[in-house]
Amino acid sequence: MFSRAYRAAITVPPVLWVTIFLVGSYALLFCYSFWTVSSGQTIVHSWTLDNYRELLRVDVYLQTLFRSMGIAARVMIFSLLLGYPLAYYLSFHAGNRKDLLYQLVIIPLWVSYLVRAYAWKTILGSDGVLNTLLQYLHLTKHPLEFLLYSPFAVVLTLTHIYTPFAFLPIYASLEHIPRNLVEASHDLGASPFQTFWRVIFPLSIPGVLAGATFAFVLSLGDFLAPLLLGGPSGIMISNIVVSLFGAAYNWPLGAAISFCMLGLVVGLLFLSERLEKKWSFR
Amino acid sequence: MSACHRDFRASGWLPWHAVAVFAFLYLPIVTLIVYSFNGQGVGGFPPRNLTLDWYRMLFADDAIWQSVLNSLLVAVAAVTIALAFGIPAALALDRANFPGKAVFRRLVLLPLILPGIITGLSLLMLFREADVKLSLVTIILGHGTALISVATTEVFAGLQKLDRAQEEASLDLGANYWQTFWRVTIPNLRLSIIGAALLIFTLSMDEIAVSFFLIGRDNTLPLEIWGRLRRGITPEINAISSIIFVFSLVVIVIWYRLRVREGQPEIAAELGP
Repeated sequence: MFSRAYRAAITVPPVLWVTIFLVGSYALLFCYSFWTVSSGQTIVHSWTLDNYRELLRVDVYLQTLFRSMGIAARVMIFSLLLGYPLAYYLSFHAGNRKDLLYQLVIIPLWVSYLVRAYAWKTILGSDGVLNTLLQYLHLTKHPLEFLLYSPFAVVLTLTHIYTPFAFLPIYASLEHIPRNLVEASHDLGASPFQTFWRVIFPLSIPGVLAGATFAFVLSLGDFLAPLLLGGPSGIMISNIVVSLFGAAYNWPLGAAISFCMLGLVVGLLFLSERLEKKWSFR
Repeated sequence: MSACHRDFRASGWLPWHAVAVFAFLYLPIVTLIVYSFNGQGVGGFPPRNLTLDWYRMLFADDAIWQSVLNSLLVAVAAVTIALAFGIPAALALDRANFPGKAVFRRLVLLPLILPGIITGLSLLMLFREADVKLSLVTIILGHGTALISVATTEVFAGLQKLDRAQEEASLDLGANYWQTFWRVTIPNLRLSIIGAALLIFTLSMDEIAVSFFLIGRDNTLPLEIWGRLRRGITPEINAISSIIFVFSLVVIVIWYRLRVREGQPEIAAELGP
């Protein structure tokens, strides 16, 4: 029904734009990772593997990458632990309050990411809300110093930010479960726990995978929460990249780290898509 | 549903868990708003000397309002770019076959799922190699490009519900493609397009990871706030954040009403499987 000209008109502009700005820039990231910086602080366009050798040679890069993955994994687990039961409750037990509660989960997403990280800083600081509250109640005499400028603060803040992201796909997958399957399971004598474990949970796995991927990937690359709340022990891999692009002025090395992250993330996305397909019953 | 009532009691901890999660989600927001009225600064329990001084300071603070204007400009321009390319992209994914279609579909979505730092840095290098000076324009191009994904997903979802018979009828009755596009296709996708525009607008207003690298001389609001956070914190930040929060709430309520009136089913999440 659609003519050639129409199809060309809807296809060419977006494909061109995406090719220039996305393919072009990601490809350039790849190229940069093989270039070097001269002593005069200019980028030398000669091809070498030195940046990647440097990444393997200097411990701090891999160590920081693993620490970031550890933080991201904790954020992922906590987001799922908070998000899954909430999604289950809303989908199966909230009755007519369901829509309202759903909106209540979404609303925090409308408060700026940066502002929420900042709010946690005002809560966790040594003269912050939590510490002064504890002292006001005479539960502690001195401020608890581990609350702020620690990996704990980063994990807490990122969990706060990514819990709704984990919740959304899980809730969507629970909502898609045909309710007569659940009733059939009950009628055939399964206990509520058996119904959950054998019927509902397996059907929600694609949502869990999507939510887990979001939480892990997005927190892996975060650099603002660590800068604001992490302190020296909460530094993540993206902070190193930021400093390489700023004061340390070594764009090619920064590009090499970013490209490794890109590869890692795309690999994870690919893997989670494969697993989602495997677990999807539709 | 009888089945649900039956196991309600068995899962007695679930409502409490939900209450706890909501408390966790809202604690920083409530703190933020309460302390925007606190005369004693951002910390300290209990809040004392309630005051509107921080709001007064905020309204006299030209740098903040300039950055708000910059952000609004960036957001409007980003919405325009993202829709101008995202709507055709959704149409193309729905009704054209071209080599690399599967790759294109994934590629468009990538900036939404990738950590912003990767997209930001990559665009920074692109602009550097093309000798483009960093300014609000580079931020606009960055946001526009990254958010095409939102327009594409929303409009693509709308297209799946669209009845093609109307477009066929329009073409059969002698309208050309251009007329059909503006008079049949676009009006039918109205809700998806408005939804996408609102989402892109708010995402752009809040965006910081990409802007962080593409910033020139003029700050957007999140970058202005970021700059101040690094210098030390005052409840002025709480005040501007509270205002934006209330403003967003109003927008959500209007949007929700609009959707309900049009009888559209709730979109659970484009993020869903």
